[in-house]
Amino acid sequence: MLLAIDTSAGTSVAVVDLERGVLAELGTDDTMRHAEVVGRLIADCLAAAGIGVGDLSAVVGGMGPGPFTGLRVGIAAARVFALGAGTPFVPIVSHDAIAYGRYRAGHVGALVVVTDARRREVNWSAYSGADAVGLPIRIDAPGVAKPAVLQEPDWTHVGSPRFDAATVSAGDLGLVAELSRAHHRAFAVDEALYLRSPDVTMSSGRKRVS
Amino acid sequence: MNRTNPLVLGIETSCDETGIGIVRGTTLLSNTIASSMDEHARYGGVVPEVAARAHLEELVPAIRAATAEAGISLAEIDAVAVTCGPGLSGALMVGVGAAKALAISLGTPIYAVNHLVGHVGADLLRTDEDQTDAPLEYPTIALLVSGGHTSLLLVRDLVSDVELLGETIDDAAGEAFDKVARILGLPYPGGPQIDRAALEGDPAAIRFPRGLSQAKDMARHRYDFSFSGLKTSVARWVEQRQDAGDPVPVADVAASFRESVVDILLTKAVAACVDFEVPRLLLGGGVIANARLRQVAAERTDAAGIALRIPPLSLCTDNGAMIAALGAQLIMAGHEPSSLEFGADSTLPVSEIQV
Ligand SMILES: [Zn+2]
Repeated sequence: MLLAIDTSAGTSVAVVDLERGVLAELGTDDTMRHAEVVGRLIADCLAAAGIGVGDLSAVVGGMGPGPFTGLRVGIAAARVFALGAGTPFVPIVSHDAIAYGRYRAGHVGALVVVTDARRREVNWSAYSGADAVGLPIRIDAPGVAKPAVLQEPDWTHVGSPRFDAATVSAGDLGLVAELSRAHHRAFAVDEALYLRSPDVTMSSGRKRVS
Repeated sequence: MNRTNPLVLGIETSCDETGIGIVRGTTLLSNTIASSMDEHARYGGVVPEVAARAHLEELVPAIRAATAEAGISLAEIDAVAVTCGPGLSGALMVGVGAAKALAISLGTPIYAVNHLVGHVGADLLRTDEDQTDAPLEYPTIALLVSGGHTSLLLVRDLVSDVELLGETIDDAAGEAFDKVARILGLPYPGGPQIDRAALEGDPAAIRFPRGLSQAKDMARHRYDFSFSGLKTSVARWVEQRQDAGDPVPVADVAASFRESVVDILLTKAVAACVDFEVPRLLLGGGVIANARLRQVAAERTDAAGIALRIPPLSLCTDNGAMIAALGAQLIMAGHEPSSLEFGADSTLPVSEIQV
């Protein structure tokens, strides 16, 4: 059984199992209160699944892409929960959870997943389809772009069906992890997908005061 | 929960230090700090997003290092304590999210505590070898000076009664050191640089202003500080020399600037001790590393019959041990844990010791 946490959009927490599917999933779409809600959601999710920390074999973290302030909260929580529980930490690209959900719902072939990156930009990932076990095949990105770029005729994936997601399901994130583990697929790199450099107001030399 | 001598892990991420501390009651077992200061150096000050990213990467290694140093396993921890404010909100949130996850994974209670009060709590810690120091007595005045805050507190009781007497109305003292260092062409962080440059300088060479010390300010801002005008005044003085084609006497400027900061900090701190009839002054915060500040503090408190306490420098800078120490004090005083719903509060008032 896995505990999965994603804060790349709202906050979503789930307990999943390869055989039994999603045992519990709780969350909120609120994109401003990740630090406030993440603890209660984890505790309630474990209770709803009727399991203890000792029943977990790994903890999954959604690595984004997503706006950085919120994204970090879930990754920090997932990594540290894994440390406390004495289990491995499994990083998964959050967009893969969205794509997995679409393919499981019946989508076939190419797919572009798009989420809000704030500051009038979007995050996107391109998929060619699902493989034999249902895992999405990511062929490009994740990237960050102005929305207009994705409409331009010469954009690589311009003709592909597009799915705009406002939420990421930790249940799907956990199932991607379970399937990846069961079928010996590589996990994501254990690195937050900020896709933007930190904001800094570089000092342009000292200004005179007189 | 063990309430007599609790084993507490403290998490501090309010600024640019990822601090993990482990204490047993008042005994310090580990004070592990990973700093992102070098990454901020090229920007001349702490960049919040850079600090927050660094916390995310440093947390797990720092927790591992702290438990190894303390010689304990996480399963033995009685409680987790975490800074929930004041500080940089994006940075605080990393620690808050992590601390909640850690507490749930270990099945322990969590204590969300005030960073500034933590600085005072640092003074309670003793190492295993050195248990000799007399315990902190109340009430005490506390002067907390760092790159993020400059605050004067009246602490009647660490876990139940802390009052803010005054604070900076613009820059923190540590920020003023950074900015003046830049004016003088010295690298970041400015504190140690100014200290070094001032060695050869005359502190009385230039009379820079003492912020909020004139009669008209003292009515409203008796215990408040202001360093923005001082910084401007140093910049103007330097520019005038440069415009006249004269060399800038860096050592004298550094020494005179430092004297102004130290003078106003201790004038107000000692005044608070006298006004409230509290013959005890505690210093905390990273700027306490400044040698001249400690020297003048010793002189002034000695002259005024005030007992001066300065925790070891490793406990003065931001650290997780002070957060763990405050958590342990709350537990030993019988306070209930925080509920899981607290968030990061970048402007948490000092009177809110626990959230
Ligand atoms: Zn501090």
